[in-house]
Amino acid sequence: MSARSMRTAVAVLVAAGMVAAGLALAGCGAGDDQATGGTEGGRVTVFAAASLTESFTRIGKDFEAANPGSSVTFNFAGSSALANQITQGAPADVFASAAPANMTTVTEAGNADGTPSTFARNQLVIAVPRGNPKGVASLTDLTGPGVKVALCASQVPCGAAARTALDAAGVALTPVTLEQDVKGALAKVKLGEVDAALVYRTDARAASAEVTGVEFPESARAVNDYPIVALKDAPNPTGARAFVAYVRSAPAQAVLAEAGFQAP
Amino acid sequence: MSDRLLDARLVVDRGTFRLDVPLRVAPGEVVALLGPNGAGKTTALRALAGLHPLTDGHVTLDGVDLDRPATEGWVPTERRSIGVVFQDYLLFPHLSALDNVAFGPRRHGVDRRAARATAREWLGRVGLDAQAQRRPRQLSGGQAQRVALARALAVAPSLLLLDEPLAALDARTRLDTRAELHRHLSAHPGVTVLVTHDPLDALALADRLVIVEGGRVVQEGDGPSVTARPRTDYVARLVGLNLYRGRADGHTVRVAPELTLTVADRLDGEAFVAFRPAAVALHPTRPEGSPRNTWAGTVAGVQRHGDNVRVQLDGPIGVAADVTPAAAAQLQLIPGQRVWVAVKATETHAYPATG
Amino acid sequence: MPRRRGRVPAALLIPAGLGLLFLVLPLAGLLIRAPWTTLPQRLTEPGALTALRLSVQTATLATALCLLLGVPLAWVLARVEFPGRRLVRALVTVPLVLPPVVGGVALLLVFGRRGLLGGWLDATFGLTLPFTTAGVVLAESFVAMPFLVIAVEGALRAADHRYEEAAATLGASRWTTFTHVTLPLVAPGLAAGAVLCWARALGEFGATITFAGNYPGRTQTMPLAVYLALETDLESAIVLSLVLLVVSVGILVALRDRWMTNA
Repeated sequence: MSARSMRTAVAVLVAAGMVAAGLALAGCGAGDDQATGGTEGGRVTVFAAASLTESFTRIGKDFEAANPGSSVTFNFAGSSALANQITQGAPADVFASAAPANMTTVTEAGNADGTPSTFARNQLVIAVPRGNPKGVASLTDLTGPGVKVALCASQVPCGAAARTALDAAGVALTPVTLEQDVKGALAKVKLGEVDAALVYRTDARAASAEVTGVEFPESARAVNDYPIVALKDAPNPTGARAFVAYVRSAPAQAVLAEAGFQAP
Repeated sequence: MSDRLLDARLVVDRGTFRLDVPLRVAPGEVVALLGPNGAGKTTALRALAGLHPLTDGHVTLDGVDLDRPATEGWVPTERRSIGVVFQDYLLFPHLSALDNVAFGPRRHGVDRRAARATAREWLGRVGLDAQAQRRPRQLSGGQAQRVALARALAVAPSLLLLDEPLAALDARTRLDTRAELHRHLSAHPGVTVLVTHDPLDALALADRLVIVEGGRVVQEGDGPSVTARPRTDYVARLVGLNLYRGRADGHTVRVAPELTLTVADRLDGEAFVAFRPAAVALHPTRPEGSPRNTWAGTVAGVQRHGDNVRVQLDGPIGVAADVTPAAAAQLQLIPGQRVWVAVKATETHAYPATG
Repeated sequence: MPRRRGRVPAALLIPAGLGLLFLVLPLAGLLIRAPWTTLPQRLTEPGALTALRLSVQTATLATALCLLLGVPLAWVLARVEFPGRRLVRALVTVPLVLPPVVGGVALLLVFGRRGLLGGWLDATFGLTLPFTTAGVVLAESFVAMPFLVIAVEGALRAADHRYEEAAATLGASRWTTFTHVTLPLVAPGLAAGAVLCWARALGEFGATITFAGNYPGRTQTMPLAVYLALETDLESAIVLSLVLLVVSVGILVALRDRWMTNA
């Protein structure tokens, strides 16, 4: 029984594999078609890290106003997911990452047009419930008895930064959870399940109705660089370069600063 | 003795249908509820078993009220001393024949070994020692019926209920099983009520018949009296008689506005007249002379009936006649044909419709 | 036998084949992209095995919890007439349509530190559920229980309830009837429901990470490990997915052979 079903399974998988290869070839053709049709109307497609959602939406509007006839479309998601999509051939013009590592994935795959440049920096703060009921003032305060802390998992940028900052401060901290992303860590604070979380200043500021961001000196040791680059296979290369330049201009930098980002 | 019996008045309202059946059965007696489909027989059985609550009336067994809505007396099914043989047996498919029969004793507090011993004994009594370990789906229809009977009897119930116990069997198995079932029912010391639409089953198995039509008892009595004196068309058809109701005046009964039958019995008032189809003679022309009841009829249908031909005739009264194939051929009987119908007064049986 | 039944109509065969392809193609994708050369060494990484063990344990416990609570619930829905039964039946399916992350938030609002019951549990018994393995079991049960309830209720409705009447005439109480007659009758449906329930619990991600968080060895189940591996290393995510797939398919096939063939 099991030997027979195994043989059947293998046969099915082989057949499925051949069909998959066929579909992949068909997919390449479709991608080319899209590429030739994508430049119409000066549309710029920007893949940007989720933490840029609010500020880039505003910057996009400003860009459209400054460049009549252009339109900006965003795809906001986790930087690593975006990097995977780009290396798999997604038709994007610009990639703005929340971490250099994900940008490296893209440049090493040969998808970047030129060298990425850092356009913003983000720093960690200690997010506590609004009003800071436990009076948290430093990283050391997070190790007290009965203090529950959420960190990001070390695989995601905010987790790596938190680890660096804690090491720099010499604080041994056992969190109750290692969240999948910074929004998850922040949500645990908002829901009152934890007493504190290490999140980016921009995230704490966006949630200022419910959480307070406590600055701490060691965060300077774990500053997160946000790189941006135009992509090599961009359907709209001109628009791509124009948008990258705009993000580095003074008006866009003002928007980013307002959201809590630091200038590069 | 008097409180060892089943005393019931089964009243169940179901929408527009109302069942109202009084029933008294003595220990050791077997009563058959006989009636057409939809008469309410199965509802009556379910009410006795506690699977359908009464609207009114009562079920009293051995002096205990099992169900009496007026006083809110109620004993749930699982605490009644009953055994039920269901029409399709409902043997538990996941249990062997032995464990099916042992199920009841186990639930009555008997330990596993003793319950199995009882079950084995009952399977032996119904001749199924060899099939004890079989699952229900491995049993023939007749075997399953006997396991169902053994299962119902293994708890030594005061009240044994059987719902169409032979209906699911083929004709051949039915003959053998009917005889064996009769043996077991006769041996059962408690009250037995069975429900059937088959008059042969009822006559073969029961001491007394209760005929139910439309939720009411229309006739009651032992086999010979019911078959000799049917009181409804249904019973008359069951026992194969032509039956008419009319007004008697001496030796005549007016059964239709334009037809009066001369009968052998003498009586007055509301009466039934019954005669066998074989007593009906058919003639191409009006027969002369002899003291016969004659009238003109029209052939409505012709079909084989045993060795004879049964002819359905319309006329002042509908009538069934049995004639030989030779006579049928001679008369050229086809639907629409006009013939003369004759019945001798001595072949009729007249009896009062009341009482 | 197939010849007597005639040929399988193309109108069924073609969509059936496409449906099968649609389901197995992504699987083929995983197999094709799997880093076969480094597979053995990746498999023995302690993190992977810890997450796998935790996944199997919590999914099994969640299935047990679902059986304990879900089978009686299915019985009540199938056998007891009560006002609002349709509403209750609809409520039971809510976790099916609720995004699991929302389910996790909802669980926090009830069992969390500031939740309706969570605060009381903590104050009275010193019991906290978020960020614990018990929390994982709870989250998985919440998401998986509808599968069990729906399967068992369907089996109960399809089963002939007159067997239960027959049991009553033989002196069985409703409870004995349930354990000795009803459950054996619906055993195939029960097994199918439990298997669905277990499979759903094993793959649970959203409610788990929201309610129980993610901590290796305590609340990090295989799907969480896969998600985080995806952040840094696609190949390692593929390996973890394959492990989860092989283990779950293996267990499902074994169970199917044991439980469902004699149905």
